[in-house]
Amino acid sequence: MATAAKLGTNFTGVQMSPKDTQRLMEAVEHTHPDVAGDDRMLMVERSKHNEEAERIGSVPIPGSVKGMLKSTFDMIKGKSPEVLIDKLGERLAFERSGVRLYDAMIAKVKAMNIVGSDLVKELQHIRDEEFEHMVMVEDAIKTLGADPTAQTPCADVAAVKSIGVMQVLTDPRTNVAQGLNALLTIELEDNAAWELLIELAEAGGHPDLAEGFGKAKAQEDDHLIKIKTMVRRDLINDIK
Amino acid sequence: METISGIFDNKGTPLEKQKFTWKEMAGKPISKLDDDAFTRVRIILMNGVETDSLRLKHGIARFNKELRLPLAEIRRTEQHQATMINWLIGADHSPLETTVAYEQVAIEVTAAVAQSEPDPYQAQTYRFGLLEDFDHLYRYSAMLDRLEGKDANNILQGYTDIVPGRKSSEHHRHPENDIRDNYEKNTAALITKIHAALITGAEYQTHDYYQNIGPLFADPLARQLYAEIASVEEQHVTQYGSLSDPSESHIEKWLVHEAMEVYMYASCAEQETNPRIKAIWERFLDYELGHLNVACDWFKRIEGRDPAEILAGPLPKMVEFKSQRDFVRQVLAAEVDLRSAGTAYVGKDKEPKSSLDYRNHLASEGLASDIVSAGYQWAPGGELFRKVS
Ligand SMILES: [Fe+2]
Ligand SMILES: [Fe+2]
Ligand SMILES: [Fe+2]
Ligand SMILES: [Fe+2]
Ligand SMILES: [Fe+2]
Repeated sequence: MATAAKLGTNFTGVQMSPKDTQRLMEAVEHTHPDVAGDDRMLMVERSKHNEEAERIGSVPIPGSVKGMLKSTFDMIKGKSPEVLIDKLGERLAFERSGVRLYDAMIAKVKAMNIVGSDLVKELQHIRDEEFEHMVMVEDAIKTLGADPTAQTPCADVAAVKSIGVMQVLTDPRTNVAQGLNALLTIELEDNAAWELLIELAEAGGHPDLAEGFGKAKAQEDDHLIKIKTMVRRDLINDIK
Repeated sequence: METISGIFDNKGTPLEKQKFTWKEMAGKPISKLDDDAFTRVRIILMNGVETDSLRLKHGIARFNKELRLPLAEIRRTEQHQATMINWLIGADHSPLETTVAYEQVAIEVTAAVAQSEPDPYQAQTYRFGLLEDFDHLYRYSAMLDRLEGKDANNILQGYTDIVPGRKSSEHHRHPENDIRDNYEKNTAALITKIHAALITGAEYQTHDYYQNIGPLFADPLARQLYAEIASVEEQHVTQYGSLSDPSESHIEKWLVHEAMEVYMYASCAEQETNPRIKAIWERFLDYELGHLNVACDWFKRIEGRDPAEILAGPLPKMVEFKSQRDFVRQVLAAEVDLRSAGTAYVGKDKEPKSSLDYRNHLASEGLASDIVSAGYQWAPGGELFRKVS
């Protein structure tokens, strides 16, 4: 079971192999780069590729005729309703992943068997709220006549962004503090994302949606405080 | 010369006793941070050996009905050996970090082989390929630093130099300059056959790995870098694959491969520093002796020949898993400008036009290996620290 940081035979740094490092430095001083320039060449080339690239994908056309009408209706009000659909798709995907990430964290904490701790209960509470948020966004997407099962571009990209968090939480070798830290990344984003989503719903002419999202935002404020507190509590306990 | 010829007399573990559970196959990985880099070198190498043993046996099965069942039985073990070994790599290795480790394998193991190879032409071929993988390490290290902001030396642990070798952009050759002369089966030493089987298998897995992970990268330069180097690894498979004698029978190649597996697990077991991993090498050494015995039986039955024709005679000491820095530097100083013309090694100015034309076209829209490594000089902690001091 992975517990707090421990001293050991970490071989990665140069202090672990002073003689080899000295010889490596000799080699570096002796054999110079064979291509002129520096790391800016990579940036220039990346920019070129950005110019040439196509987009990652599109926001799907609403499936139902009713949806089409609504979409047309919204088109008149807002310039591009697909921007909101895309971000709603992202929120749905993110909250759905969030449920899975909390499940992984709960499994990790359960393995610790910490007597008298309500960590599992607190995590379970947040997990259930992420689930509620997922359902709330699904409803919102349906209200707009769009398809909540479609993976929108922002949903796709957000999942790429979360790969690292998923890897950290599901790795049996990571400890509770490392897992909480991964969840902190998620909650910091989650919080800002709901704040933005409310503004977008208002700007897109959907005050009813915006109002419902306010409840989720209040819960996200609570998540952030809770996770920050857990991280702090866990590490300060260890360091003292 | 220390020999291990006695090793083949052992019967090993009979095939029906070579058993696994899913949980032990998908077992606990090594520590990227706390295990010695050579433990990972051995893991990567032996996964390459096992996947090649599958490849070879599938190849033989295509041509031989009688052997299909016995080969399938052994392959099942090889598959599970490969799984148990490859799953030792932890998920905290990014694909690019694992790539750096793959090139460390290619450099350190090929350097060890080049020094103990008795056939001068074969040894020359190992030195030739070695300088290319050495250069790949430098390009990938630059990529790792500039893409992920990581220090390749965290993986290499000081054992391997991070400087340019024969420039990657100059590895791309016309196929006619990638074929090599082969050893002659009746006169070649067993160790020569073992070396060829080993390094071919290792390069094959490197090729397949790059080919599979290249498209996982978002960065366009990383994607192209993998495309450029995967193509060189295909050339390396071509080069090393042509070192072995094409007139050896299928069963003879099978025999050599199992002997190679025995020899390699014995080498790994002898030098492993992690006791848990050492136990795996010892277990698999016994498994391979079991395979070798089956192969010997079929060799007698189908070819009516004595396996001792192939397996007898001295073997040098085990493959040495250690930093080959001094040897690599000597080779670099003396042979970096070698090129190949057909099966011969020639000076840079004699490189055939076929290769020059071939590579000029490929590079006509830009070369990622140049772009990502422009001006790259390793420093402890990565090049950004060099700019600080
Ligand atoms: Fe949340
Ligand atoms: Fe095997
Ligand atoms: Fe390579
Ligand atoms: Fe190679
Ligand atoms: Fe085998």
